[in-house]
Amino acid sequence: MQSSTHASATEMAPATSPEPERVGSAWGLFLRHHGPMVFGALVLALIVAAALLAPWLGTTDPQKLAPAARLKLPSAQYWFGTDALGRELYSRVLYGGRVSLLVGFSVAALAMFGGLVLGLLTGFFRQLDAVLMRVLEAFMAIPAILLAIALIALTRASVENVIIALAIAETPRVTRLVRAVVLTLREQTYVEAAIAIGTPPMLILLRHIAPNALAPLIVQGTFICGSAIISESILSFIGAGTPPSVPTWGSIISEGRSYFQLFPNIIFFPAVFLSLTVLSINLIGDGLRDLLDPRLSREL
Amino acid sequence: MLAFIIRRLFGAIPVVALVALIIFCLLYFAPGDPATIIAGDLATPEEIDRIRVALGLDQPFHVRLGIFLLNLVKGDLGTSIFSNLPVTHLIAQRLEPTFSLGVLTVLLSVVVAVPLGALAAWRARRAVDRLALVVSVLGFSVPVFVVGYLLIWVFAIKLAWFPVQGYTPLSHGVGPWLSNLVLPTLSLGMVYIALITRITRAGVLEVLSQDYIRTARAKGMGDRVIIWRHALRNAAVPIATVVGIGVALLLGGVVVTETVFAIPGVGRLLVDAILRRDYPIIQGVILLLAGIYIIVNLCVDISYAIFDPRIRY
Repeated sequence: MQSSTHASATEMAPATSPEPERVGSAWGLFLRHHGPMVFGALVLALIVAAALLAPWLGTTDPQKLAPAARLKLPSAQYWFGTDALGRELYSRVLYGGRVSLLVGFSVAALAMFGGLVLGLLTGFFRQLDAVLMRVLEAFMAIPAILLAIALIALTRASVENVIIALAIAETPRVTRLVRAVVLTLREQTYVEAAIAIGTPPMLILLRHIAPNALAPLIVQGTFICGSAIISESILSFIGAGTPPSVPTWGSIISEGRSYFQLFPNIIFFPAVFLSLTVLSINLIGDGLRDLLDPRLSREL
Repeated sequence: MLAFIIRRLFGAIPVVALVALIIFCLLYFAPGDPATIIAGDLATPEEIDRIRVALGLDQPFHVRLGIFLLNLVKGDLGTSIFSNLPVTHLIAQRLEPTFSLGVLTVLLSVVVAVPLGALAAWRARRAVDRLALVVSVLGFSVPVFVVGYLLIWVFAIKLAWFPVQGYTPLSHGVGPWLSNLVLPTLSLGMVYIALITRITRAGVLEVLSQDYIRTARAKGMGDRVIIWRHALRNAAVPIATVVGIGVALLLGGVVVTETVFAIPGVGRLLVDAILRRDYPIIQGVILLLAGIYIIVNLCVDISYAIFDPRIRY
């Protein structure tokens, strides 16, 4: 009745550790090898839940001004304290998480999609490659965050524009990754065979090449999600991000700047949430990379 | 070697031109009319028209692009909408702090990260390796301004070892200059150190599994010589590559670090320009930073030939 994973785990146990038979189930083995990833997934799930369930977690209106209760340190009434306008920080941090997470996931999804399409096309159609890669190279010569700053500075500050700007800034690197995978895959015999029997190029791309590009793409997407959340907070922090009506971790920290010496709580709580979120996403990314592509894990 | 360098330099020209084109397009399609902004609220339509003609804003796309590129070659980045001063002048005033911060950060990061990464590879799966892993995961996850405020809180406010914020020019003495830059350098360097440590560890680990390392061991060569002379030298190309690519992180981080530590550099100039929608400054600073990035990576490309004599293009 043993699963195959279990069987191989018990076989290997004596070789790797002298202590006998403590390996337990396949789940236990998974935990031992991918502990950081499981930890990351748990922390991220908690933060996502806190952001989504914010209205039911004892929060008040994150934009409500209370001049009488301005600049309070954390207490039983104000868990995280209040900011310079008397707005309650606990509520602002939870609601602010919604924006950060939305930006992170949307940018990752958009950049993965855009990068997959462009990468497949440039990798497969060589005429397109010469032109498009030059343009993408130029885009990559502008550091991503600066490109995003430039795009935002020229448009109206809004959550959608932040997402679009960051997605544009991240797409070229995804394209390069997918293109590299396609370039090696198109030399494979099975792709040659597919070409030889007259399979339409689109079908080859979708059925034979895209699935193989998926694993590195997902790993890359995780890291983009983390870096997009950091980028969003940077944009909000320097005042080029979301409008003031939308609290985000970056903008809360930015507003707490002048009061930092006496009221570090204004910066502390959003900073902890921000760092924990990105940390957990990066741990998941590292874990996924080890799981999906054991060859890559040696390189990075 | 010289021919190779010259060829690389010419190879970079199309990229520079495309970057300039992209940045010009950003400005060209920007909403809002600079002439209206410059003229102010009380201007009559005739005055606005006059300013528009004076600035050449009434010209078609290709003419404006031509003028922009021509000015760029002459080193003219236009005039600030807000202060009416030349952008090059405004940038030149702010170069020293940014340059100091950037160079110090690159130096510190390479000096810390390369030995740390090599040590982690040499002692793979031991305590040092774990430490290097924790450093690099944290470096990637904690945003630069969070590190900055943490350092200010501990080392400037609680321990009072360093000034909280500000910048002292190098002409006022190396001591004050350095003490103002220690915390900004550390916070800006975190993510860069994380990146270089990871790549160095991976590169050295790869080299250590090669046959010639076994040969070196077999003939009785010491670990230290193996790591420094063989492993690091052979891992130098990927390390140099990532030192170059990582400058992108620094250029973005500089903008944030200068805001956190109130350093009057180019990054601060950019942030102020964004808040005032001063497009020529935004355009000029981004062109400058992208230019630095291209030049650094060009130098990295050329350094390959020094690290690895087999590379001759």
